[in-house]
Amino acid sequence: MRHSISLFLFLFAVWLLLSGYFETLLLVLGLVSCAFVVWIAKRQDVVDHEGHPVNLRPIRWIQYTFWLIGEIVKSNIDVARRVWHPKLPISPTIVKVPADADELRQVIYANSITLTPGTVSIDLTDATITVHALTREGAMALEQGEMARRVRGVRRPE
Amino acid sequence: MIFAVAACAILFTMALTLSRGILGPTTYDRILAVNSFGTKTVLIIAVFGFMTGRPDFLDIAFVYALINFVGTIAVLKFFEYGDLGGARSPDEFES
Amino acid sequence: MQLLTDILSWITILTGSFFVVTGGVGLLRLPDFFTRLHAVSMPDTLGIGLIVLGLVLQAGFTQTSTKLIMIFLFMLFTGPAATHALAKAALHGKLKPLASEKKDQEESSP
Repeated sequence: MRHSISLFLFLFAVWLLLSGYFETLLLVLGLVSCAFVVWIAKRQDVVDHEGHPVNLRPIRWIQYTFWLIGEIVKSNIDVARRVWHPKLPISPTIVKVPADADELRQVIYANSITLTPGTVSIDLTDATITVHALTREGAMALEQGEMARRVRGVRRPE
Repeated sequence: MIFAVAACAILFTMALTLSRGILGPTTYDRILAVNSFGTKTVLIIAVFGFMTGRPDFLDIAFVYALINFVGTIAVLKFFEYGDLGGARSPDEFES
Repeated sequence: MQLLTDILSWITILTGSFFVVTGGVGLLRLPDFFTRLHAVSMPDTLGIGLIVLGLVLQAGFTQTSTKLIMIFLFMLFTGPAATHALAKAALHGKLKPLASEKKDQEESSP
């Protein structure tokens, strides 16, 4: 029930942000369509704990976001330099990095790896992420495990 | 003015992406090119809306972003399973 | 003030366009599928981010900016998912990555 309510509130917030009209008729239409979507989601059995991660630490989360933006900017510049370089100095490497057992942390970690240009997570089996890196340096930086350490702090330990 | 420059850059990139889609040796290269092309389409719709002073275009951009993502996933799923509904066997659903 | 935001948005949009073009060039220049994935993730993150930032600076604090930021966030969340699905499908489709497998993985996690 808690997850349905949070889904409904989220959907209605999106409706308000996208429409920008506050007339009674449109608000009622919004409420009805949000309720309808929640009903469909219930029927499809997709409303569960994955839809609403409640035990994140907000401050760590914001810190992590800013750190990740910095990393993305740095690796963007690096990859752009390599692409424009006449000799194309790349050394594609495949490396396996250990991830946390927790599902949400795995998702955050793998998505962060993919978001950073120069590293793409290509497979995830038994809490081990297979990463394709554009350069050997990128692979080594990932193996240092700073990103993994920061991801671990994002969620409260159970 | 600045919007025209950005639109030119995006159009140029779309041409490059399209040529990768035509050249692409494997199917995955082509899907990658189409996905990337869709991203650029979203961008150019947004920039074009600003260029003509009609930011309402953003709604279209938003819908295009949704369709692009769903389309990519659908094509990939079709390739991997040969069927759009067959990832889970029917008896896994309880209703 | 108007001039300042104009100059800032010029800079961000130009830089974003540069990253978008770089992504396109990388898509053509890089030698195999898995390396091309990296080229595509460039305009998907910083390219879109900077262009959207420039447009937001132009639009000011309005509903238009809200929509722009929503588009950006949506693409930020779906981009990795699409890329990962592509890479995984390619790997299952017996596409060999042009890469050296690194066996000696020193476990740096506790």
